[in-house]
Amino acid sequence: MFKEEIYTIHSPYREKMVIQSYRFGKGDPAACILGSVRGNEMQQMYICSQLVRILKDLEANGCINAGKSILVIPVVNGMGMNVGRRFFGVEDIDINRAFPGKKSGDTTDRIAAGIFEKIREYAYGIQLTSFYMSGEFVPHVRMMETGFQNVSLANLFGLPYVVVRKPTPIDTKTLNYNWQNKMTAAFSVYTNRNDSIDEKSARQALAAILRFLTRMGIIRYESHSGYISHVIMEEDLTDVNSTSAGIFKGLVEPGEDVRYGHVMAEVIDPYEGIVRETIKAPTDGIVFFAHKEALIAQGDIVYKLIHRLHE
Amino acid sequence: MIEEVFSIELPVGERLSIKKNRIQGNTENNRRIAIVSGIHGDEFEGQYICYEVARRLLENIDMLTGTVDIYPALNPLGLDMAERNVPGLDMDLNRLFPGNENGTTMERAAAAIVGDLAGADFCIDVHASDIFVKEIPQVRVSEDFAEKLLPYARLLNTDMVWMNATATVHEATLAHSMNMLGVPSLVVEMGVGTRIHRGYGDQVIEGIFHLMKELGIWNGEVGKVQYPVVSTDGEVEFIRSEMVGVFLPIIAHNHYVKKGDKLGAIVSPLEGRVLQEIRAEKSGLVFTLREYPFVREGSLLARILTGIEEE
Repeated sequence: MFKEEIYTIHSPYREKMVIQSYRFGKGDPAACILGSVRGNEMQQMYICSQLVRILKDLEANGCINAGKSILVIPVVNGMGMNVGRRFFGVEDIDINRAFPGKKSGDTTDRIAAGIFEKIREYAYGIQLTSFYMSGEFVPHVRMMETGFQNVSLANLFGLPYVVVRKPTPIDTKTLNYNWQNKMTAAFSVYTNRNDSIDEKSARQALAAILRFLTRMGIIRYESHSGYISHVIMEEDLTDVNSTSAGIFKGLVEPGEDVRYGHVMAEVIDPYEGIVRETIKAPTDGIVFFAHKEALIAQGDIVYKLIHRLHE
Repeated sequence: MIEEVFSIELPVGERLSIKKNRIQGNTENNRRIAIVSGIHGDEFEGQYICYEVARRLLENIDMLTGTVDIYPALNPLGLDMAERNVPGLDMDLNRLFPGNENGTTMERAAAAIVGDLAGADFCIDVHASDIFVKEIPQVRVSEDFAEKLLPYARLLNTDMVWMNATATVHEATLAHSMNMLGVPSLVVEMGVGTRIHRGYGDQVIEGIFHLMKELGIWNGEVGKVQYPVVSTDGEVEFIRSEMVGVFLPIIAHNHYVKKGDKLGAIVSPLEGRVLQEIRAEKSGLVFTLREYPFVREGSLLARILTGIEEE
């Protein structure tokens, strides 16, 4: 294992923020795995830290294949994490919307450019990330439809679902999008948590990454074959919206099979405690995304369903 | 007449409401101009402009020969909290256009705003700078629409028209979306975040009445407007910090400097010494100057418009 500082940023009254990378194996830049880019992505950092621990053991046992190197970056926005901020600095800028970055640009542009310079050569790029809407997902691999995406490769993670998203303008500065534009096969891995640790889904994501690295001939690691992934286009997911606002009481969890008319949630009046709305499933399907905040505004998306799919 | 453009119920005893003031003249002219502001909750310059334009129109309603729609607060929650982004969602509203009728709360708000503005003959999106740098009054125009917009941009009585400047004129912004829909839209920027500079506001208000006269919406007297400098990105010199500390400028904003002139210094309050002297690398007008004292690597200190002479 070779530990390297890939970018450092300073602050007047805090210690410098060092973005650390861990390199395993020697040879072609085969796979890069990036953990937490945002300051609330604790689960992502945890998964990456466990990956570093396992790859260290695998390397010691000669299980990194010859001529292949793996780079792992567990944390980017450490400063944000230490003060409970998702985005970077007083400017409050999302580093994951600053790629590919600019060396002579502003601070976040420089951070993104510094990272991207070190990771753009890798054949496979895996980012553990979070969605712009807060809530929980069924663990899945997500790809942007840039024209360079390779869905069959995403199946090799063996997670239950692969989601393909048509990029909108807000996506074009993400790492995933820019990685794919530089011909890295890029995948975003989503688990069901961000700012807390969920051991079960963390282990599932970790196993998926190790399975992928094994199947691409980068490491030797005996693991379960996982799922034959179900591929979903994001626009085919059925949104379930609230029609009123108040306290949100979710009654189904991501991964649950629901039938048309099944009661999925209640919206409760915050003053009088009465049920203002009962939210029912508009179709048969599997819950793919669930709102998890205690409160809900009128019209918000509370669930996303995989239409007419059963367990 | 005050009208509601978008309204939803928030979780606890409150509605989020985006309003406009429709001021109509007495003729049958169907021409309509929209003045929008408050997309970023830390930008207040548009508040004075909206107030003063509405006041003058209402006092001289017989001179109005069309319709003026004034939207002072597209991000009401952000303005209430002086937060640039949409509180709660933590996303920049000006990266969510043209919006999505089935999306999150603010994506739906963005779609409603676009729907309301569609069909207008002109749209002016009034911004201030953020809290970090101070700007002279300027129009920002994307190169994609420059040919169509430049003749109008020159009428707005600003000091400068900057072609293809920053993300403020790019995809996913309100102005870009409206231009794509065939509504000529200009972005005006001035001052500094969370403050109102009435002098700048009065200057732009003169320009707005001039533009309305040109569009056949205003029949009243208008004063002379100044001819702005039209610049491209190549003529703008960015000066960024390479050190971490406190920036102390020694020049005034909107000031001509010669190559080699000292603009300020980055100092260390802890050590009591100058860390870096900041000098102009080219001669020109300092049209952007840092207001927020703390800096780190990449922080914008000043922008100089080169290729022009001091009068």
